[in-house]
Amino acid sequence: MTTLALMYDRIRWEEKVLTKTAEAGGLNVNRVDAKTVSLDSDWSIEETREKFGDIVLQRCISYFRGLHTTAFLESKGLNVINSMDVTLTCGNKLLTTLKLEKAKVPTPRTLLSFTEDSALKSLQILGYPAVLKPVTGSWGRLVVQLKDKDTAQAMLEMRSRMEGSLNQIFYIQEMVERPPRDIRTIVAGDHIIAALYRYAPEGEWRTNISTGGKGEICKVTGELEDVVLRAAETVGGGLLGVDAMESPEGILVHEVNNTVEFKGAASVCDVDIPGAIIEYILKQARR
Amino acid sequence: MPDDVVVGEIITCPDCGTDFEVSEVKEKGVSIKPAETVGEDWGE
Repeated sequence: MTTLALMYDRIRWEEKVLTKTAEAGGLNVNRVDAKTVSLDSDWSIEETREKFGDIVLQRCISYFRGLHTTAFLESKGLNVINSMDVTLTCGNKLLTTLKLEKAKVPTPRTLLSFTEDSALKSLQILGYPAVLKPVTGSWGRLVVQLKDKDTAQAMLEMRSRMEGSLNQIFYIQEMVERPPRDIRTIVAGDHIIAALYRYAPEGEWRTNISTGGKGEICKVTGELEDVVLRAAETVGGGLLGVDAMESPEGILVHEVNNTVEFKGAASVCDVDIPGAIIEYILKQARR
Repeated sequence: MPDDVVVGEIITCPDCGTDFEVSEVKEKGVSIKPAETVGEDWGE
């Protein structure tokens, strides 16, 4: 029987439902808490496979924990979904932007600075309003709209006083003119499993479900499918949450998530999302 | 507490709102430990 190692550091609704679905699909599931592992570079491929399983689904909520455990397991010959390269790219908004740009996947214009002063210069070029995002992180956390220079100065000062070198990277993006919603698509390989509109709650411009955003089924148009699948392919493919926006110029991709959450999507979409994810994993395991 | 509670799941104290991680599922009840606080690199 094939063993699926489910690497986690916190069991959410998704990890529980994926475990149940995998077991129902005939997989043996080995849940591995990344907080408790001690990984030894001396392990052979066989030893590593014996301890973990035949294929690994990376579900760590901590980006760096996920990245490093994936790097280790991949180096020992295990097939990890998603790969280290995909994780590295998707966990860093700038690396994602650069790959999207290079592949000519429409994405918001982005400027990068490393000090308060140079960030203000970037904003002069980009104009107001603009969006300041942390280069890593998710759920809309620390994503702020810079409506004018005064707001920008205050926000940049706050960010520059925060601890951590990542907080000293100022990733500033154009504010895209869009309806009060974006589109979350869940991609498995070359296929969109599900798509939903995420509406910002009243008094909020961010659409993340974690900030109170509400989901509604989204019909996948030819344009959406083309742009989203090209975005997924250019970051390396796998199981991904590709987020898109409807701009006056067409669909833009603004984020690609490598450990996609789908509780919100499952509550509105008439699709067996965990079933489709496990089916994808089984296909990868047979390769 | 959900009926299908598993190790690693987060439960929240209904009184104070503190998060705890389930560290052991026993025949009757569970053992818990303080949950990790949200890190700057957390996300999906």
